[in-house]
Amino acid sequence: MKTIIVVGNGMVGYKFCEKFVAREESDRFKLVVFGEEPRAAYDRVHLSEFFENQDAQALELAPIDWYADNGIELIVNERVTDIHRKTKSITTASDAEYQYDYLVLATGSVPFVPPIQGVEKEGVFVYRTIEDLEGMLAYAEKVKEVKPNGKAAILGGGLLGLEAGKAVMDMGLEPHVVEYAPKLMPRQLDARSSNVLQLTLENMGIHIHSGKATNRILGNGSITGMDFGEDDTLEVDMLVVSAGIRPRDELGKTCDLEMGVRGGIVVNDQMQTSDPHIYAIGEVALYNQMIYGLVAPGYEMAEVAVNQILQNGTVRMQKEIDMSTKLKLIGVDVASFGIPYMPAEKGLSIIYENKTKGIYKRINVSHDGKTLLGGIMVGDAEDYSILHQMYLNNMPLPDNAEELIVGARGEGGSPFGSAMDLPDTAIICSCEAVTKGAVCCSVLEDGHETVKAVARATKATTGCGGCKPMVADLVKESLKTLGKTVKERICEHFDYSRQELFDIVKLRGIQDYDELIDTVGNGHGCEVCKPAVAAIFASIYNETANKQNTIQDTNDRYLANIQRNGTYSVVPRVAGGEITPKQLMAMGRIAQKYDLYTKITGGQRIDMFGAKLHELPLIWEELIKEGFETGQAYGKSLRTVKSCVGSTWCRYGMDESVSFAVEIEHRYKGIRSPHKLKGGVSGCIRECAEARCKDFGFIAVEGGWNVYVAGNGGANPRHAELLAEKVDKKTALTYVDRFIMYYIKTAQPLQRTAPWLEKLEGGITYLQNVVINDSLGIAAELDLEMQALVDSYTCEWKEAVETPEIRERYTHFVNSDETDDNIEFVSLREQKMPKEWA
Amino acid sequence: MTELKLNTYETVALNQVKIWFKAAPASKFPKDGGACIKYKDKQIAVFNFSREGTWYACQNLCPHKMEMVLSRGMIGEERLEAKVACPLHKNTFSLKTGNHLNGDLGAIATYPVKVENDFVYVGFSE
Ligand code: SRM
Ligand SMILES: Cc1cc2nc3c(=O)[nH]c(=O)nc-3n(C[C@H](O)[C@H](O)[C@H](O)COP(=O)(O)OP(=O)(O)OC[C@H]3O[C@@H](n4cnc5c(N)ncnc54)[C@H](O)[C@@H]3O)c2cc1C
Ligand code: SF4
Ligand code: FES
Repeated sequence: MKTIIVVGNGMVGYKFCEKFVAREESDRFKLVVFGEEPRAAYDRVHLSEFFENQDAQALELAPIDWYADNGIELIVNERVTDIHRKTKSITTASDAEYQYDYLVLATGSVPFVPPIQGVEKEGVFVYRTIEDLEGMLAYAEKVKEVKPNGKAAILGGGLLGLEAGKAVMDMGLEPHVVEYAPKLMPRQLDARSSNVLQLTLENMGIHIHSGKATNRILGNGSITGMDFGEDDTLEVDMLVVSAGIRPRDELGKTCDLEMGVRGGIVVNDQMQTSDPHIYAIGEVALYNQMIYGLVAPGYEMAEVAVNQILQNGTVRMQKEIDMSTKLKLIGVDVASFGIPYMPAEKGLSIIYENKTKGIYKRINVSHDGKTLLGGIMVGDAEDYSILHQMYLNNMPLPDNAEELIVGARGEGGSPFGSAMDLPDTAIICSCEAVTKGAVCCSVLEDGHETVKAVARATKATTGCGGCKPMVADLVKESLKTLGKTVKERICEHFDYSRQELFDIVKLRGIQDYDELIDTVGNGHGCEVCKPAVAAIFASIYNETANKQNTIQDTNDRYLANIQRNGTYSVVPRVAGGEITPKQLMAMGRIAQKYDLYTKITGGQRIDMFGAKLHELPLIWEELIKEGFETGQAYGKSLRTVKSCVGSTWCRYGMDESVSFAVEIEHRYKGIRSPHKLKGGVSGCIRECAEARCKDFGFIAVEGGWNVYVAGNGGANPRHAELLAEKVDKKTALTYVDRFIMYYIKTAQPLQRTAPWLEKLEGGITYLQNVVINDSLGIAAELDLEMQALVDSYTCEWKEAVETPEIRERYTHFVNSDETDDNIEFVSLREQKMPKEWA
Repeated sequence: MTELKLNTYETVALNQVKIWFKAAPASKFPKDGGACIKYKDKQIAVFNFSREGTWYACQNLCPHKMEMVLSRGMIGEERLEAKVACPLHKNTFSLKTGNHLNGDLGAIATYPVKVENDFVYVGFSE
């Protein structure tokens, strides 16, 4: 058996292993891998995510067991120090010696630190490994302790530098990016697009200093500032150097492999170095006199090396390597492909710039107007994938090439045609080198019908994920050619959309989950279909979550919102935000008794946090005695109807908003829906109740109420749209009854009213027709259904505390009276909070 | 600390069982749902997957944020592999192998379960 030694367990080294073991012939070889870092290979491209969760495991490319499971010997924390070409062996830092038949160098690169006076000072970092990030985080904490408004600078305004800028901003430091060139991302962007990007970033609070050469790092021991010469300095508490990379080629140098003048181990198109038994791949390899600082070319090199070692000589590195990139920098799209910019004699450029929106697009077209040479997009790169494909595949341009970036005028739709027009050889997923042909074939011949299944089979979309929209399109279009429509199916257990299931349950009078899955589904269900079906039962029969409790989402199952540490919160209903002093005192007393953290919520009521599972029925028993009922803060159901004080007290009030809010909150309470529902009532157009960011809202105006629907705060805020103007209360309620009921019957699981209306063909006009003009002839039915729901309300907490079998569910252990000793609280401003997550 | 907690739990295969711990009457475990039992210093989630007619047990500790919550998770199946979804962030784990199905947190520990005379027993090696 022959031995292959891989030096370096980074992204490309790992990819080599993955591709190697996937091949049948590989069992003739033994793979031994050395990695200098203390852990197995991880996803460096998404390194910045480590700041969000500090979860190194989440970045792992494969769990450590994967190597052994695949017969690979992985030795981490061990640097290879020497190569002895004569004896075909290597030595490691701990003086062990190993023999090889083939050696693969995948040692990557290190950040380049320019020789500036003072760079060795404390507080100066580079940005490459998890250890670097841990160091930065610890240092930033120290800085913030003494200086809450501390500043951090990034040396280098390239791609990585800007990412580092975002990272230090997230750490709570004021970010300053210092770039030597006169513009940001000098390699990828032209001056104008760079400008647009700079403006956008500055608006986000990132300070940009371009055209600055750093002479010296200031400070006594640790960094206090940067000196740019001529009395120009910047005070900073921390510095991240991101000034480019240098290949880690020292092994090549000491064993006399052919090297590039400025470093890098020279390889041919088979990834062989000047010693045919030694290969080099990834960022250490100098191919075409270039070091490619991106993963995709590295992965391709790994593929070539695997094939060469397995004696498949035909697979070679391409002559030209595509350096196109698209990324989301701090939430801003930035993309460049082909030749991003060039002098006029080489081609013509079409440029669209909109500084107010932070958008810049440029495409470069050949003089005859026939081919796309490259381009840049900042602020909006939605069309990147298709433009990139047009460029790669030399596809003909439309007559009006400008439509590619400014959108088609008039009728006729998209200027691009569809992704299906691409040749089969077009690489759709560049991380995993999956072609359009492979994606379509996976659908047409292998019978995969979802993006998830295609991803599993082809690996497309599993790298950076940028190709997802295109893969989704291809899957959809391929299914169409098979005569199949893409169905909105709930999950693998039901071949129906939510709306279809709703009708099935109703028409066949199905009573519980088991009956439903046994008659029209398959398998045993999952965490997606169970709660969706639970909501359908609730909307049709108005049954409480207590009845089929194990198909409810956890919050509904225990009638309380689970918190960070597994305790729960308790939220009684305070309709319209109106509460008596007596009720306030009762709540205060109960919260104190059970040592609960209390807070006024954003929904005008009071939340009591930190109740243990077994305390919930005890607390609710007392609340119910005081006249409270459940607030359903846990349910996909009505939350609150916010109100302003209205004409009862307010000098501008046009009508009694509190009374109306209390009335509707009681009307709709307990009704389950595809997602939560929120309402608002304002006494005049000053809109103090924020009714227009609610699912339904009423605003009192001269002559009646204006009715608004489908507003949303939350992640994608959207103002509600006007459904009817100046109507009386009764009419207003009828319209909203029908609107809610229609939404309940037709929306997808977990779809709020705002996205539902956005998807509804015909939009608000169509909805007005259904709700006001009864265009579908279903108004009477909707009215009846809603009235039935209103009439059958029960407080599910009352039901729970009064029913011994339900009460029994509230115990942490079923075989012991002990409580969960894993729960720990710490104190917080005279109250308490859960202990931090580790 | 986190390491310590995780190390408390190690998968026990059927042939490693030395003690069948008599946990609780079967009726304490809801149909197609779970409940938590205590054995020495361990918290074990036990599931009554009655649609399958199978019982499963695993650590109650979710490896994502180290909270004792898995017994309160929803169970179900993905291509017929029984799984539990953590109630906190819906990470799902196979109840057969313990493997993390929608990500790459490590596997959770699983334990054999048997039911005799309407009593649930969980198998431990110590
Ligand atoms: C307690 C509260 C924050 C506070 O301290 O003020 C809160 C807390 C939670 N919100 Fe909220 N939201 C609260 C008001 C809001 C508001 C403001 C409002 O209602 O006026 C909004 C924006 C308005 C809106 O919904 O359109 C809001 C938008 C969200 C969203 C985003 C929804 C969206 O459509 O994008 C979520 C996530 C979701 O529902 O999927 C969410 C989810 C949550 C959850 C349930 C997250 C969770 O699953 O653990 C939080 C737990 C509540 C608990 O344990 O009791 N919360 N949340 C507020 C409770 C109001 C109440 O009395 O019931
Ligand atoms: C923050 C950040 C963001 C990035 N974003 C992107 C992006 O969006 N798109 C993109 O395409 N690329 C991006 N990159 C670049 C990408 O990460 C690299 O191209 C890729 O990691 C190169 O893989 P590699 O295996 O050649 O090198 P590396 O991943 O650096 O791996 C080399 C490994 O070899 C080890 N090693 C070195 N010498 C020895 C020795 N003598 N003995 C044992 N082990 C040794 C090193 O410790 C290291 O673990 C980013 C990089 C960073 C740092
Ligand atoms: S905004 Fe986020 S963190 Fe705050 S309560 Fe709502 S869900 Fe929780
Ligand atoms: S704690 Fe279990 S998924 Fe987050």
